[in-house]
Amino acid sequence: MFISPEEILETIRMIQLEKLDIRTVTLGVSLFDCSDSQRDMFVKKSCNKLFKFGQKLKSTLLDLEKEFGLPIVNARIAVTPISLVFPGDVEDYRVVAQEFDRVAKELQIDFLGGFSALVQKGVTKSERFLIEALPYILSENQTICSSFNVASTRSGINADAVYLISQKIKKAAALSKERDGMACAKLVVFANAPEDNPFMAGAFHGTGEADAVLNIGVSGPGVVRAALEKIGYGLSLNQLSEEIKKLAFKITRMGELIGREAAKRLGIEFGVVDLSLAPTPLPGDSVAEILELIGVEKMGAPGSTAALMMLVDAVKKGGLMASSRVGGLSGAFIPVSEDKGTAEAVGKKALNLEKLEAMTSVCSVGLDMIALPGDTSAETIAGIILDEMAIGVANNKTTACRLIPVPGKKAGEWAEFGGLLGRAPIIEVNFFGCQNFVKRGGIIPAPLTSLRN
Amino acid sequence: MGKAIVSIIGVDRVGIVAGISTVLADHNANIVNISQTNFEDIFTMIMLVDLSKLKGTFEALQRALEEKGKELGVQVSIQREEIFRFMHRI
Repeated sequence: MFISPEEILETIRMIQLEKLDIRTVTLGVSLFDCSDSQRDMFVKKSCNKLFKFGQKLKSTLLDLEKEFGLPIVNARIAVTPISLVFPGDVEDYRVVAQEFDRVAKELQIDFLGGFSALVQKGVTKSERFLIEALPYILSENQTICSSFNVASTRSGINADAVYLISQKIKKAAALSKERDGMACAKLVVFANAPEDNPFMAGAFHGTGEADAVLNIGVSGPGVVRAALEKIGYGLSLNQLSEEIKKLAFKITRMGELIGREAAKRLGIEFGVVDLSLAPTPLPGDSVAEILELIGVEKMGAPGSTAALMMLVDAVKKGGLMASSRVGGLSGAFIPVSEDKGTAEAVGKKALNLEKLEAMTSVCSVGLDMIALPGDTSAETIAGIILDEMAIGVANNKTTACRLIPVPGKKAGEWAEFGGLLGRAPIIEVNFFGCQNFVKRGGIIPAPLTSLRN
Repeated sequence: MGKAIVSIIGVDRVGIVAGISTVLADHNANIVNISQTNFEDIFTMIMLVDLSKLKGTFEALQRALEEKGKELGVQVSIQREEIFRFMHRI
């Protein structure tokens, strides 16, 4: 036979026992041609376009899932940052979000991203309204996701925008307090945001993209974990890296296959495969457990940053070969609540906020799905975000924050978000504040590395 | 539609090949190759089948195979062969 039974069984085992799946197929849709200053016209034109490109998305993915026997967990849509195509007021943005949420549900889409703005250098009047509307948009709708690019290596960090958004994070948490502040899980604050990221909540359709495009995210921590468990401690770090490269190739190939096939059937351009290993709260599907099998006792212990760097580097090298186009975030996802092992490491105090931040300076893409004590002030949240943005800006990489101040809960208690969002212990936050720093406002100028010409 | 892989995993018993082959024949799926092995203590049989003259839909064949598998007490799945080629061959 053209392929050995062992190879066939390896694939089947990866899917059935080790939870290999396509985490998301994200359809990016440009709304530039729907732009209109009249709200009703904008809604009408953009909903028509979403239907036109999105109506067959879910059914096509279900067909592919059956034919290939490979689960496709999420179907999502990302649109052009809304502030660029529709200048509205608070009420306008609330209404548009509700309309888009309705369309997403009708199309059986899990999340619709793009209630976003690029405010790294300044905030326009309508972008200010969008930020004002954020707590309502996030708490009133199920599927709507929002992201803000508040910093870039070229422009520096817009501290005003960071503080403004931090206040809205507090309000969004308060408005969803019966769900432990879950509304905040749908908001990402970025430095150097990628324009072709398939993962939510940070996905939006970039300004340099085609009319419609399909981007793919795979989920493979379970496969890597199972292989490392079998390998044990007999291999050196460079040998281990080689093994991870081979696995990453195989995992990424699945994304490439589904991307090509889905794009062909939908008549939409295939965009990128994002190489990030996306964990889930399921037992074994964990990046933390991979690090622990590499050899650190618990994620967060000394050695964790180096182990993570090695893991992600190997994933990138193996993945690059497997795909014709690689993009998106392609880094390490360490979403605390979405990864059972990471949540446990925080619970056991092996992993803290400062170590998570250290990892983002290497390859992690951010402080993701971190539950903060409910009484964390907007100023402290802004301080945490500013630190994270600084790492991205100075290192010329993407960094992001998805922080959830959980109303009424203290450090050590657990926040429950449910489903793929999982659960996490509330992390300890430095007792000392940064009020005077944050309240200065203004912009942190771009670093010298921004002048590259 | 091109070729697909039928994989049967479970405990060996009389009638597995006959049962699965009958379902494939009913749907006009031609068996190109069969290989049988014990992999990690589990009986497995892999069939490469040609679906170019498939009668009915892929989904109907998939359902019929799954039902037959239940009857025989084994797990049967059918997947398009590209998934294996993509993963293991450059």
